[in-house]
Amino acid sequence: MTTVDLGLPVRGGLDLVPTAEDVQKAKDYASDQEVRWCPGCGDYAVLAAVRSFLPTLSIKRENTVFVSGIGCSSRFPYYLDTYGMHSIHGRAPAIATGLAVSRPDLSVFVVTGDGDALSIGGNHLIHALRRNVNMTILLFNNRIYGLTKGQYSPTSEVGKVTKSTPMGSLDHPFNPVSLALGAEATFVGRAMDSDRAGLTAVLEAAAKHRGASLVEIYQDCPIFNDGSFDVLRKPDESESRVIQVTHGQPITFGTDGRWAVVRRGFGLAVAPIAEVDPADVVVHDATDHELAFALSRLSDQALDHAVFGVLRQVQRPTYDDLTRAQVEQAVTAADAAGGPDLHGLLHGADTWTIAGR
Amino acid sequence: MDNPVDAALPPRPAGARTVEQRNRVVIRFAGDSGDGMQLTGDRFTSAAAAFGNDLATMPDFPAEIRAPHGTLAGVSSFQLHFADYDILTPGDRPDVLVAMNPAALKANLRDLPAGGALIVDTDEFTKRNLTKVGYAEDPLAEGALSSYTVHRVPMTSLTTAALESLGIGKKDAERSKNMFALGLLSWMYSRPTEGTERWLRDKFAKRPEIAEANVVAFRTGHAYGETTESFAVTYEVAPAALPDGTYRQITGNTALAYGIVTAGQQSGLPVFLGSYPITPASDILHELSRLKRFGVTTFQAEDEIAGIGAALGAAYGGAIGVTTTSGPGLALKSEAIGLAVMTELPLLIVDVQRGGPSTGLPTKTEQSDLLQAMFGRNGEAPVPVVAPRSPADAFDAAVDAVRIALAYRTPVLLLSDGAIANGSEPWRVPEDDELPDLGVEFATEPNGPDGSFLPYARDPETLARPWAVPGTPGLAHRIGGLEKADGTGNISYDSANHEFMVRVRQARIDGIAVPDLEVDDPTGDADVLVLGWGSTYGPIGAAARRLRTAGHRVAQAHVRHLNPLPANTEAVLRSYRQVIVPEMNLGQLAFLLQGRYCIPVTSITKVAGLPFGAEELADRLAAHLVAPPLQNPPLQDTDQKEEVPA
Repeated sequence: MTTVDLGLPVRGGLDLVPTAEDVQKAKDYASDQEVRWCPGCGDYAVLAAVRSFLPTLSIKRENTVFVSGIGCSSRFPYYLDTYGMHSIHGRAPAIATGLAVSRPDLSVFVVTGDGDALSIGGNHLIHALRRNVNMTILLFNNRIYGLTKGQYSPTSEVGKVTKSTPMGSLDHPFNPVSLALGAEATFVGRAMDSDRAGLTAVLEAAAKHRGASLVEIYQDCPIFNDGSFDVLRKPDESESRVIQVTHGQPITFGTDGRWAVVRRGFGLAVAPIAEVDPADVVVHDATDHELAFALSRLSDQALDHAVFGVLRQVQRPTYDDLTRAQVEQAVTAADAAGGPDLHGLLHGADTWTIAGR
Repeated sequence: MDNPVDAALPPRPAGARTVEQRNRVVIRFAGDSGDGMQLTGDRFTSAAAAFGNDLATMPDFPAEIRAPHGTLAGVSSFQLHFADYDILTPGDRPDVLVAMNPAALKANLRDLPAGGALIVDTDEFTKRNLTKVGYAEDPLAEGALSSYTVHRVPMTSLTTAALESLGIGKKDAERSKNMFALGLLSWMYSRPTEGTERWLRDKFAKRPEIAEANVVAFRTGHAYGETTESFAVTYEVAPAALPDGTYRQITGNTALAYGIVTAGQQSGLPVFLGSYPITPASDILHELSRLKRFGVTTFQAEDEIAGIGAALGAAYGGAIGVTTTSGPGLALKSEAIGLAVMTELPLLIVDVQRGGPSTGLPTKTEQSDLLQAMFGRNGEAPVPVVAPRSPADAFDAAVDAVRIALAYRTPVLLLSDGAIANGSEPWRVPEDDELPDLGVEFATEPNGPDGSFLPYARDPETLARPWAVPGTPGLAHRIGGLEKADGTGNISYDSANHEFMVRVRQARIDGIAVPDLEVDDPTGDADVLVLGWGSTYGPIGAAARRLRTAGHRVAQAHVRHLNPLPANTEAVLRSYRQVIVPEMNLGQLAFLLQGRYCIPVTSITKVAGLPFGAEELADRLAAHLVAPPLQNPPLQDTDQKEEVPA
């Protein structure tokens, strides 16, 4: 097989999207539809964060598209006054791929959940990530099936008792960040629904990243999985668990940086800062694939630790840019020769003519 | 010509050659999957096309890429029917069978009629090869094939001997034996040779020594016919008197791909194909992948669902979304087709039908996806269904399917099949001004009260909704799979609204403008109608000609638009005493017609993975005809001589 280097320029995620002429506000992005999530649902917080962060991108509202699958979170597009498609279960990344490839002038978002993205749509998720299609995927992870009323999901803990697992779930859960990294994602981040600042920062970086960005958002389902992330929210418990990473910064956390992340074997471990040589504290490098993966392994189903922020961000040509470049190359060559010749195509090389019979 | 064989064999005495005229000839090349039979057949076809014959072809090959060498499972064949008048089918039985090995002989001999010509490569009839296919005795032994004209030709050794001086490897030399066979047949049927030699040199331009080997093998076969006593007769088939125009040879898959490209050009919209490879549809993906210069984007998706999903996403963005597949893939796409029905976006879904159910017969033909195409979705999800009737017709059918999709904002199912996909025939290439204008207008302005946009407001004539693509200011809206409120498109669980929306979606499809059914009834007094759809067109037409020649009064009609059916369908059916529907399934169109019109229909079915033969179908139709033939058969025009042995 031969490979061709198309020599594309390095671009940002929004570089081909037209910019807005007016200053936009969060309320400009609110549609006229009544929001119908349950009281206390974490989706409200995410919606509010998204509505307020979208204007800061300074792109035209009509060039923003939200595509979703099926599930509670997938109702998201109805509540934004942008273009949107509430599609079918698991298929949003596939639909968004076709849209992103054919329309470079759009900022394409996918809204999905742990069931939608990781169970029924797992195949589309990994392929969108590996192809690096320019889209931003918001994966709402509440570790439960909400819209079907409380069955376990692919991120539920082993042993979880639900309607479909009265004796406890037997399924080993996915770690969505590890999965995305394994699928060659060029941007992987994580945020908490209630952390407006942290969520906004990760979403903004994701939207401006050229390529497929996956943002896992921990989000509470108060009806079927209430308080599932409380250990990461309550100050006394979260202090020793929440690890916020910033590119170029040493990874320490807790009050006054009481804990640090250090190397151990091929992976990472958490140690009290007092017991660590400062030179051994790991400095976050979002371009380091192995480090990102090791960081993802610090998060486990018991939530003893959870890493937030941008875990990985690297540049790799996007599938949509490359696809368009090939088409443009062919069109340009044809134009130079007088335009694509439909007449010539249909006639081909060997014709014969019958006349006057 | 100068090649080793010319030098080795003495020239035939002048005047010893007999030339006979034939109206039509059927040749079947059969050999091992690796013997290049498809290539040989294709090339003979191109030569016949360039010569101006009418023709129809039927490739038949196993699903395995290289089944074990020399086995029955590995036999690949290519049948070509060419004639000096308009023919309709690839022919029932060959006049000439070329068998490159014992397996090819065993698998195909039963189709060769008594008196037929058999050409075998005797080098391959070794004890080992005979044993492989269960021949206890040598089938070529004297007297064993006395009802045929047998030509025993050591093709492999003649080829390798002729190529010895070229210094190429033994394997490459042996692989050229198919060109020997082509050369021999080209001589027998007085075919021009320059085109084939030019084609070989082009094809192997990067390996001139292989090109030379093939040309020499081709010439050697040709010279062998000319100089060997066994081939005392050559045949000529004059060019056919087809309607005026410029013609080329084309396969169904290529014609279909060209139809899609043409629809893109005529609409001014980019084409986006999302597809997952599947036999026998993959060639459409291959063809379109090479046509990027026409603004065609092809996306080889991770699965069938992603293929249609991406196509639908592109359609939402304003492209002509296309997905191509075969039966099992169509099953996987069902839910996404339902979404396209609900979101009322244009989309072309191509199903190149093959034998089913499940994986079925990937390389064989069938028409058994009709009801899946019609009804294979949850809920009331009507989809227009269009079916080409022949390889060349796949072009027009594809253009028409896109026309419907764009004009009515609906997914459209195009039902081709394996026989159409891989078969070929002459195609009268449309003149530039014959191509339809498929221009569409995207919505650009609000259409509701107070500057609002109603994505589900409808065109009063077509009931199509506006196509408002992302990026259009002021028209931002949300669509999806949940039931929509009429007009606004907002989520609605209202029962009256649902009832209305289900009925309006149905009415939109029912109201699609399609041409009336045309009936072919040469005598004008037939009381039996033979009605078909898809690739049975050729066999039905050929069988009808036979029946008419035998004095039966038979009318023929062919349905291109299966949904909605032409408005005059019921009236046509009711005007005949008997309606017979031959299909390559267990009676799916017959079921549809009887359910819709409560008219009794006689169903003739075949599910053998192969098309109906003309004689076979004529016999089966005759057995169903209630009225006796007319005493005095009507005068026949040239149209009527089809399939009647020349």
